[in-house]
Amino acid sequence: MPPLRASFRLFRSPRRLYATSAPSTARLNLPVDYKSTPLLHHTSSNLSSALNLPASTTSQPINLYQAINSALRTSLSNDDSVILFGEDVAFGGVFRCSMNLQTEFGSDRVFNTPLTEQGIAGFAVGAAAAGLKPVAEIQFADYVFPAFDQVVNEAAKFRYREGATGVNAGGMVMRMPCGAVGHGALYHTQSPEALFAHVPGVQVVIPRSPTQAKGLLLSAILESNNPVIFMEPKILYRAAVEHVPNESYTLPLNKAEVVKPGKDLTIVSYGQPLYLCSSAISAIEKEMPGVNIELIDLRTIYPWDRPTVLDSVKKTGRAVVVHESMINYGVGAEVAATVQDGAFLRLEAPVKRVAGWSTHTGLTYEKFIMPDVVRIYDAIKQTLNY
Amino acid sequence: MSLTLIGRLSLPLRSRRSLNPAAVPRAAVRWSSSISQRPGSDRVRFPGAVNSKFTTDMKFINPADSPDIPTFRVIDSDGVPVDKNRGKPKVSNEEILTWYKNMLTVSVMDVIMFEAQRQGRLSFYMVSAGEEGISVGTAAALTPDDVVFAQYRETGVYQQRGFTLKDFMSQLFANRNDSGKGRNMPVHYGSNYPRNHTISSPLATQIPHASGAAYGLKLQSLQNPNIPSRIVACYFGEGAASEGDFHAGLNIAATRGCPVVFVCRNNGYAISTPTLEQYRGDGIASRGVGYGIDTIRVDGNDIFAVHEAMQEARRIALTDGGKPVLIEAMSYRVSHHSTSDDSFAYRARVEVEDWKRRDNPIIRLRKYLENEGLWNEDVERDTRDQMRKAVLTEFGAAEREKKPPIREAFNGTYDELTEEAQAQMKELKRILEAYPGEYDLRPFEEGIKGL
Repeated sequence: MPPLRASFRLFRSPRRLYATSAPSTARLNLPVDYKSTPLLHHTSSNLSSALNLPASTTSQPINLYQAINSALRTSLSNDDSVILFGEDVAFGGVFRCSMNLQTEFGSDRVFNTPLTEQGIAGFAVGAAAAGLKPVAEIQFADYVFPAFDQVVNEAAKFRYREGATGVNAGGMVMRMPCGAVGHGALYHTQSPEALFAHVPGVQVVIPRSPTQAKGLLLSAILESNNPVIFMEPKILYRAAVEHVPNESYTLPLNKAEVVKPGKDLTIVSYGQPLYLCSSAISAIEKEMPGVNIELIDLRTIYPWDRPTVLDSVKKTGRAVVVHESMINYGVGAEVAATVQDGAFLRLEAPVKRVAGWSTHTGLTYEKFIMPDVVRIYDAIKQTLNY
Repeated sequence: MSLTLIGRLSLPLRSRRSLNPAAVPRAAVRWSSSISQRPGSDRVRFPGAVNSKFTTDMKFINPADSPDIPTFRVIDSDGVPVDKNRGKPKVSNEEILTWYKNMLTVSVMDVIMFEAQRQGRLSFYMVSAGEEGISVGTAAALTPDDVVFAQYRETGVYQQRGFTLKDFMSQLFANRNDSGKGRNMPVHYGSNYPRNHTISSPLATQIPHASGAAYGLKLQSLQNPNIPSRIVACYFGEGAASEGDFHAGLNIAATRGCPVVFVCRNNGYAISTPTLEQYRGDGIASRGVGYGIDTIRVDGNDIFAVHEAMQEARRIALTDGGKPVLIEAMSYRVSHHSTSDDSFAYRARVEVEDWKRRDNPIIRLRKYLENEGLWNEDVERDTRDQMRKAVLTEFGAAEREKKPPIREAFNGTYDELTEEAQAQMKELKRILEAYPGEYDLRPFEEGIKGL
């Protein structure tokens, strides 16, 4: 950051880099400072107690792609039936998530596939049905749609239709980078979690941090007996750095996490927007002393932890749901409808949804389309003052 | 801070050009295509085609210039071996008789079940008339440890691999003995061992599954030498071969060296669509060559040819660490596509009658057996009578059997019932109790308690 600012001052150039900085007048829409956000473990001090790990646990600060890499390495070491494949995973992956894994575990277990998403997904279903634990990578969530039939009609329904034969495709995990990154435009930006959340039979998981990424991915690969769609917010691959335990640990795939307790309003979100929610909450709480906002990270989009969210809203009486993907028929619709149905008498304001507008992510318009701190801040204010 | 980080997170487009070569780790890379061009060489060394000769003759390859891939056959339509020098098929008479009876069982069951559907006693049915030889002949070359992925017109595979009439009928009537727990349409059979994966309706999806499963079997044998080498057999029609999953499945099987035998039943029609509107190449077999896959076309009405080709395909599939094989078995769909189809809306009755008379895998094998003195009219009549009776007995029993408990509508979606599913089951139970006259729960095991 400092050198970038310096160069602007030096040349007084009207030129902006493609990832433009906030105007100097901005008070809310400031870049997320991942180095100070309360959502990341900046030290190792309380890590072992937070994750129920022994006190002897060691950790090191790593970013999200390194945490994914660590989870993949642990999985491949712990279980011979784990295999890793997709487009360009052999040399380390275009986001470096599979770095050195082919060298360590051999080309029989870590390999490139031809460029075919329906083939990658179908191959994973078959390998899982034969008893392996395939971890398939779709290079971008935007390119998962050719595999939609294989996920919806095959992976999700495999156990159900096999019935008493007991065969299933529960060993498979499909990883895919998702979400906005500042300049991904139409096909390097999407978050199709709501489409998969309409599909009984698959679990949809989105981590918000390196610690979560490792724990949730290890659960998905080694412990889950269901097909898992594991979506990785790619903007966090390098940006989010925190202390992550070196040893193997898992996080449950059916539990939301109350990231910050509060009493006046509940924000439900997942993935990268949680950092924006956290900034908005700080601004509101600074401005309105006594106001206390609860922040919930869904972690698992489907099947989701309805009790945790309902308990929270019953306590606070107000709810805002935040996600990047489009508002129409998005995750927010399901959360809002469930809250309305399950906490109607406790609600003191309509459930507000802050999400991407119902359009495509045109390259130059991203910052107007994605939910930002201003829109979350405004939604909180409106809901509190209703 | 974040700004610079975002700036550094480059978005590789799927053309690999945007990758920074400096970041490529050295150790992990296998340079398979780095052989440099020799000066004066008569052939190209492009990485995408390493053994292509130069030519100054500017000539497009016209598929019409190549002869069609020949069709392998062992006996002719009179059941007589075509090549006298080959000797008799190396199969015991006992086994040949088993094949014949298995084809006949499928054929007898087909007629009864088709009629039962017409009477409204069954929701749906698909016969495999004319294709019994392909199913039984290929399945006879498999071991019980081999794994099958089928499309839906392979009843003979299930019959040959030990499915009983009770198994068939339980599935068709979706009763409590159905391995699919009453969840699937009729003819979507499945079994754990020998493993015949439960059939799913979406066409061709099983083709990449077969590649993945074959890779799984290969890896398991590599990791544990005590596990015997196994193959996957994958069946599909020539219509399904137009799906993208056919391309994906064969291509991955070839690049990953998967021990899988793809069996294409080319019966001339995909519902109403004749092959001329399905493809313009030389059938499906010509495509196998394009994927670098060992390929053969066989006469699907000749069970000896089918069986011999499958035996050899199985052997090839397990050589060189594993590789795929493609068999295109030619036949004619004598029947309607399904009970929901009247095929005379798109093809002449006389064409079908002609095929029925001219050639058929069952009659062809019967002629062979009669020539060998192993079968005759009396045995045929008695066998058919017995089979009819056996089918009708199981039919009646399966029809009367209870359906699975209603909880099976929710079970199996995940490995465990979700909180949401439990809430929905409770709600359904409340509805069933509040409106008892609106639902007939008697056919379901345990009635309301089954929820």
